[in-house]
Amino acid sequence: MLSPSRTVSSRLLRSCSWLPLRLSSEGKAIGSLQKDLIKKHELAKDELRPLYMDFQATTPMDPRVLDAMLPYLMNYYGNPHSRTHAYGWESETAMENARKQVADLVAADPREIIFTSGATESNNLALKGVARFYKSRKRHIVTTQTEHKCVLDSCRVLEAEGFNVTYLPVQKNGLLDLELLEASICPDTSLVSVMTVNNEIGVKQPIEEIGTICRSKGVFFHTDAAQAVGKIPINVSNWKIDLMSISGHKLYGPKGVGALYVRRRPRVRLEQLQSGGGQERGLRSGTVPTPLVVGLGAACSVAQQEMEYDHCRVSMLAKRLVQKIMSEVPDVIMNGDPEQRYPGCINLSFAYVEGESLLMALKDVALSSGSACTSASLEPSYVLRAIGTDEDLAHSSIRFGIGRFTTEEEVDYTAEKCIQQVRKLREMSPLWEMVQEGIDLKSIKWTQH
Amino acid sequence: MATVSLRNSATSLLLFSRRFFRPELNVLCSYHEKVVDHYENPRNVGSLDKRSKNVGTGLVGAPACGDVMKLQVQVDENGKIVVAKFKTFGCGSAIASSSLATEWVKGKSVDEALKIKNSDIAKELCLPPVKLHCSMLAEDAIKAALSDYRLKQEDKKEERVKATN
Repeated sequence: MLSPSRTVSSRLLRSCSWLPLRLSSEGKAIGSLQKDLIKKHELAKDELRPLYMDFQATTPMDPRVLDAMLPYLMNYYGNPHSRTHAYGWESETAMENARKQVADLVAADPREIIFTSGATESNNLALKGVARFYKSRKRHIVTTQTEHKCVLDSCRVLEAEGFNVTYLPVQKNGLLDLELLEASICPDTSLVSVMTVNNEIGVKQPIEEIGTICRSKGVFFHTDAAQAVGKIPINVSNWKIDLMSISGHKLYGPKGVGALYVRRRPRVRLEQLQSGGGQERGLRSGTVPTPLVVGLGAACSVAQQEMEYDHCRVSMLAKRLVQKIMSEVPDVIMNGDPEQRYPGCINLSFAYVEGESLLMALKDVALSSGSACTSASLEPSYVLRAIGTDEDLAHSSIRFGIGRFTTEEEVDYTAEKCIQQVRKLREMSPLWEMVQEGIDLKSIKWTQH
Repeated sequence: MATVSLRNSATSLLLFSRRFFRPELNVLCSYHEKVVDHYENPRNVGSLDKRSKNVGTGLVGAPACGDVMKLQVQVDENGKIVVAKFKTFGCGSAIASSSLATEWVKGKSVDEALKIKNSDIAKELCLPPVKLHCSMLAEDAIKAALSDYRLKQEDKKEERVKATN
C-alpha cells in the first residue's frame, strides 16, 4: 500500500482540492470554487451529511479502487479495442488484468467474464439471452418471487414473448423450498434463476444445493450475486453455477459497471442483447470502459484480501446493533432467516410504528424502508409480502446496511437514536395505545380508505 | 509543502472519516420543513377519555394500508371545540396532517370544523401529490370525531327525555 503522499489521488488533491461532489438543487455538478464555499458554509452551520447505513443500496468507493482507476481516467485513455498503437495496448492490458481479478474472486476462468454496465444488464443478458437462444427447444423458466425487479421484469417481457415462467414462492424465512424447485423443473425448462443474497432481507439461498439440482436435471443455473460477490466466498465450480451477475457499486467499486460470468465448460450459449462490433466474445458489443473495469477489478482484488476480516467485523457490528435494539424495544421482528443470511443486511419491523415516519425521525442516518410510503407506487415491498409478513408489519420495516467502513460509534448512535425515536413514535401511535389496553388489533373492523 | 500535505491528509481524512450529526440538523432532507416541524415539536399528541359524553372520537384508516388516525375532540356546552388530541400510525405527512387538523379544529364550533377541507391541509403543509391521501384521511378523521360527538349528544338527549318521562 502506497502512503497517502505518494498515491495519484493525493497528487490530484494538491492540484484541485477535490471534494465529494454534491449536486445543487438544479441537479448540476458544482465547480471546485463553489464546492469550497459550500463546504465552509456547511461546516459553519454544522450541517453535515447523515451517517451512511444503506450499504445494500450502494457502497462508497474504496480509496484503493480510486487509486487504480485514476491513471485510466487521466492519462491512459486509449480504447482497449484499438489494436494498432500503445494507447490501445495498454488499455487492453489493464482490461484483461481486471478480468483476471474478477475471475479470481469467483474461481472462474478470465475468458468466462463478460463486462457489462451493471448487474441489471447482466441479469437481462442472462435471462433474455439464454431463453431466446434455446427457444426452439425449451420455453420454460423458473425463478422466485423475491428476485430483484430486473429479473422479474425480464421474465415478464419473456412471458409476453411466449415463454412460461414459474415464480416460486418462498418460505416464511425467505428460503426456497428445494423440493418445490425440483418439482417445478420439467424437460421444457431452460433456465433457473435464484439470487444468492437478497438485497432487502439479506437471506442467503442454498446455492450449492440448487446448483446440484439444476446440474442433475440438465438445466442452466443463473444467480444474481450482486449482493454476495466480495462479501461471501463464492466458487462457481463447486456451486455449479452457469451464469452469475456481478455489480460494481455493491462491492466498493465504481457505479456503471458490472460483469456476467458465463460458463464455458459445459458451454452456455446466449443471444446478445446489444449488437455492434462483437466485443466481449460477441455477447456484449460496445467499447469496454477501461477506467470502470479497472475499478471493478481492483474492487474484486481488494474484496478478496479483505473478505474474511470484513465478514468478521460486519457480523460483530450487526449483532451489536440487533442486540442493542431488541433488548431495549419490545415487538421488533427480524425479517428473514436469522442463520442463513448475510449479516450486513438487517431488516427489522417495528410493530405499531410506520417505516417512513421512523426514517423521517432518524433523519441523520441514511436508511431505507420496505414501507409503501417510500415506494413510488404506495405498495409495500413485494419481498416482505412474499415471506408472508403481515401488511401492517410490512409498512413498519426498516433496512439497516452495514459495510466495510461502518464504525462501532455509528452503530451505537444508530441503535440509540432508533430506540429513542421508536419509543416516541409509539407514544404517538393509536395502535400501540390499543395494544397496551389489551385490544386485539385483528378483531377491529377498520374503515377502508 | 508540509502544510499542503497536512491539508491534503486532513481533506482525505474528512473525505473518508465518519462524521457525527448534531440532532438539530435538518438540511439535505427531502421532507418539507413544516412536516418535519410537526414531528419535532408535537402539539396535541395524546388521548381524551372516550367514555365522556363531551368527547367525540374518530378512528379512521387501516394498519394494512399503513395509515391509522385517531382524532378526539372535547366540546363545551356552547358547541365549541376546546380540546383536540390525536394519535397517528403513518408516515411523516400523515402525522403532520392529523397534527394540523387538531390545531385547526380547536376554538371552532362543530359546524365550522366540518368545513375544513383536505385541500387546505395539503396546501398548508405543501404535500406532494403522492401524499394527498394523508390529508384526505385527516379530513375523514375530523368528520368521524364530530359525527361520534353528535351521536353521543343525541343519546344524551334521549336519556334526558326518558328520565323526564
